[in-house]
Amino acid sequence: MSENHMIETDVVIVGAGPCGLFAVFELGLNDMKCHVVDILDKVGGQCAELYPEKPIYDIPALPVVSGQELTDRLMQQIEPFKPVFHLNQMVESLTKLDDGRWKMMTDAGTNLVAKVVVIAAGGGSFVPKKPPIKGIDAYEGASVFYSVRRMETFRDRTIVIAGGGDSALDWTLNLAPLAKKLTLVHRRDEFRAAPHSVAAMRELVAAGKVDLRIAQIAGLEGEGGQLSGIQLKDDKGETSVVQCDALLPFYGLTMKLGPVAQFGLNLHENLIPVDTEKFETSEPGVFAIGDINSYPGKLKLILSGFHEAALMAQQAFRIVHPDRKLRFQYTTSSSDLQQKLGVAA
Amino acid sequence: MKIFVEVEGKQHEIETTSELPLMEVMRDAGIPVLASCGGSCACATCHVYVDPAWVDRVPPKSPDEEATLDGAFGIEYNSRLSCQIAMAPELDGLKVILAPDAIG
Repeated sequence: MSENHMIETDVVIVGAGPCGLFAVFELGLNDMKCHVVDILDKVGGQCAELYPEKPIYDIPALPVVSGQELTDRLMQQIEPFKPVFHLNQMVESLTKLDDGRWKMMTDAGTNLVAKVVVIAAGGGSFVPKKPPIKGIDAYEGASVFYSVRRMETFRDRTIVIAGGGDSALDWTLNLAPLAKKLTLVHRRDEFRAAPHSVAAMRELVAAGKVDLRIAQIAGLEGEGGQLSGIQLKDDKGETSVVQCDALLPFYGLTMKLGPVAQFGLNLHENLIPVDTEKFETSEPGVFAIGDINSYPGKLKLILSGFHEAALMAQQAFRIVHPDRKLRFQYTTSSSDLQQKLGVAA
Repeated sequence: MKIFVEVEGKQHEIETTSELPLMEVMRDAGIPVLASCGGSCACATCHVYVDPAWVDRVPPKSPDEEATLDGAFGIEYNSRLSCQIAMAPELDGLKVILAPDAIG
């Protein structure tokens, strides 16, 4: 899925969490076009991935809003600016071009060039949690998989899926018909997943098409990168071994700073120091907003990120439109802004 | 009050008057607890093992905490998410071990 042609735009935003999304709005009001890159397959960042259904109580004027609803509302708010999203991919490199613009490559081969870069990467990239089992690295790629790229990889294999959430159940349902044998391993006989998936999994178990084991993974058996079995331990401490040649652990995602650390920006304790006037990094034209930045008095709140986005956009304007004068206007009264928002009378 | 935290076999003693969640008390004391969601019971990366003597003396687990623990590894009967244990004077002397999957 390589798309090697170069995309040129005003601003590239790294991270589609709430701050990255609101940055589209503030930049849009100031006539800057945005492309947004995110490693997840959906927008919303932590709000959508970690706590879509959990309530947030400190968004101004929204006494209570769920992570997903906040994301949906931001998408509605930025819709007039038609941001372009590049999901399921991660910006791997950032380099300065001779003309002063910035070039970025993603791991999916997307090639972006922009006058301004806004890093709104929160806690970093979401990556699958890796079970802390000794020697697991040796099996990765041949026998241990944290995602399913091609279902055919698993045809006629003896599979163990571990976990109790939607990913574990979705892949249990999808791979059971292909697998020689499929065992679902979860630590308790309750699943936090879509009720219809849980019901469908129970039917497969009742029909003898899936084995359900209430236990935890205690160790791996095999050699030369090829698994032969998984050691399980139940809550009474009893151990057993399930034969398998493929393991799919689905324990959710965690955040790692990732390639941002190699962008050549000054870092302090895995955060990007910025000034509090422009929220610019050590590289002019590269900004950092939201949880990933640091400055004296920083609070890791969504509302702080919104404020940072608004101030960042002022300096971004000076870079993107050097010949134009920055005008401060209110959306309530400015017909110019209302036109951009598509609400002009 | 004093709390005792074991990290990779090393003992740390924390003196605190805080009534914040244990996760925050540990973090403020420099314990490398990952806690990637910042304490919203969403990520399971502040997993601790509560000393057996203290299991019944810490506030009980909510169903939400039990479900979030699905994202942790090596769950035992004394596994807890430290963001869900509010410190209180009666927890003076609390002993926990930071789980390997919660070390940042």
